[in-house]
Amino acid sequence: MSARSMWRQAGLLVGPALLLLLAVYFYPLGRLFVLSLTGGPGGAAGLDAYRRLAESSVYVDVLLRTTRISVLVTLVCLVAAYPVAYVMTRVGPRAVRVLMVFVLLPLWTSILVRTYAWMVLLQANGVLNNVLRWLRVIDEPLRLMYNETGVVIGMTQVLLPFAILPLYASLRNIDPRLPRAAQIMGAGPWRRFYSLTLPLSLPGVATAALLVFVQGLGFFITPALLGGSRVITLAMVIETQVVDLLDWGLASAAAMVLLLLTAIVVVGFDRLLGLDRAWA
Amino acid sequence: MSEPLVTLRAVSKQYGRAIAVNNLSLDVFEGEFVTLLGPSGSGKTTTLMLIAGFEAPTSGEIRIRGASVVRHPPEKRDIGMVFQSYALFPHMSVFGNVAYPLRTRRLPSTEVAERVAQVLDAVRMSRFAERYPRQLSGGQQQRVAVARALVYRPSLLLMDEPLGALDKKLREEMQGELKSLQRTLGVTTLYVTHDQQEALTLSDRVAIMNAGDLVQIGSPLELYEHPATDFVAGFLGEVNTLDGVADETAGAVTRIAVTDGLEVSACAILPTASGKRVRLTIRPERLDIVTEAAAGANCWPGRVREAVFRGELVRYTVELRAGTIVSVSRPYRGQETIFAPGHAVWVTSRPQDWRVFG
Repeated sequence: MSARSMWRQAGLLVGPALLLLLAVYFYPLGRLFVLSLTGGPGGAAGLDAYRRLAESSVYVDVLLRTTRISVLVTLVCLVAAYPVAYVMTRVGPRAVRVLMVFVLLPLWTSILVRTYAWMVLLQANGVLNNVLRWLRVIDEPLRLMYNETGVVIGMTQVLLPFAILPLYASLRNIDPRLPRAAQIMGAGPWRRFYSLTLPLSLPGVATAALLVFVQGLGFFITPALLGGSRVITLAMVIETQVVDLLDWGLASAAAMVLLLLTAIVVVGFDRLLGLDRAWA
Repeated sequence: MSEPLVTLRAVSKQYGRAIAVNNLSLDVFEGEFVTLLGPSGSGKTTTLMLIAGFEAPTSGEIRIRGASVVRHPPEKRDIGMVFQSYALFPHMSVFGNVAYPLRTRRLPSTEVAERVAQVLDAVRMSRFAERYPRQLSGGQQQRVAVARALVYRPSLLLMDEPLGALDKKLREEMQGELKSLQRTLGVTTLYVTHDQQEALTLSDRVAIMNAGDLVQIGSPLELYEHPATDFVAGFLGEVNTLDGVADETAGAVTRIAVTDGLEVSACAILPTASGKRVRLTIRPERLDIVTEAAAGANCWPGRVREAVFRGELVRYTVELRAGTIVSVSRPYRGQETIFAPGHAVWVTSRPQDWRVFG
């Protein structure tokens, strides 16, 4: 195949998706960028909106909280997902299929439904608190909602599949002969894990962390419902500015900050590990 | 002989109803190089996995230095193993790979460095200590795998087709190196291959396996000269196989009528000589071609169908008058006549070169 016809074929294959992306993603994004500088149609260009963001301790707090929650959710997801992914590489094909359904099931359920379900479970008079009280583990209900704890619990559940899937892929890619070789050389199960399995699955860990963290940064519904007015995240600020305060300039600037934060994480990941290898 | 290092007694392994290893007994002695040779699916790799402990026998007993190891996990068996595709750790350097078993044993780092240097020197890989497996050629990876399996001086070395992934020339080179390394270190080795040439080159003793059974074990010469079955005869080297009926025994020689009219005299005393169906084999290099009929038995006229010049020998396909086709190998040292296809010839053989299987 000549280089030219190869390019034409590539163009035909990638073109439609690229056009769609340009129309529905990059164009509005460009408009937002302009808005963040002008504040509205006819406004003079300037960094006024960004200045207001940076100078207000409220917005800086929001940014820090958003990052902190995302980091926390990422850590909890990794710790919770790793054993599941590991077990999936150890069991037979039928069990893998069953486990996979359980992993994917939440993805097919509306995030709103799932978040309301968590509210039922976590509220002061909710299922979890009642059970704990009934078991006499606690006297007073635990505060599991309208704080960061609730937000982290809810987001972890929503984002868990995005951690399990890449971890499973990278664990499954480890040549099963390697642990055997280690074993015959005298390595017990624990040493086999931390000297082989763990380091060889690091690309999967990094991919899982990236997927969870980046999605966590932009989360809206779960923090809004489980965190309420006490746990404001960046996405909630943007929503308030647009819907309640009609301050498109500030909302656009906040959106740009979120986009930049995400871009830094993704580019950093690419530099460190290579995005092209993350899925291999 | 002394107490065997490894003893297998009536070991069987079944997967469901399939029998992978059937009632196998085997002794391997200190310092010996024993090869399990057989076609794929003959149970040789399973046998190795049973000794390593990656599989548990369905029945039978495995002992190392007299102590039963059936209940020991692989990491407690003090065995070294070279895997078919080396199984080097991709995230560790050559040094890290070879040091792994020593670090697992918590040896002090100075001793680790010393021993790794020694063994890398022995396999001529010292220069590559800092390289990673992906930066090495197949032969180099193989050497590292051997070094890694030997560095902790295990009592037994298992090798599962370690040269299978190499090309022919490199394979022959590595065979020589493995053999001399094994001689120098005196490490007891159990080797698995389906390559009969490799088995003959390397082994003190060869165990021939077929369909889960150990068919015969012996030195390469014993197996080649005195195969227990026609399977062994055919698997180790090449043979011409003929079917016939035992006719009459005179002294140590039995006359056997081959199905299509030929008669073979073979050194064999058959218990119920007359009328018994037998299978006869003879190796191509034990047949000869002459231009004139010789006196005595085992001289049959034929016609050359094909002559292939292979350098040190010429390989003929000869059609005997009765329609039977045999292969004949004649050495070539520069002055032998090479018979062209179509040439009328006589094929001769000595009675003691025929093997008769009941």
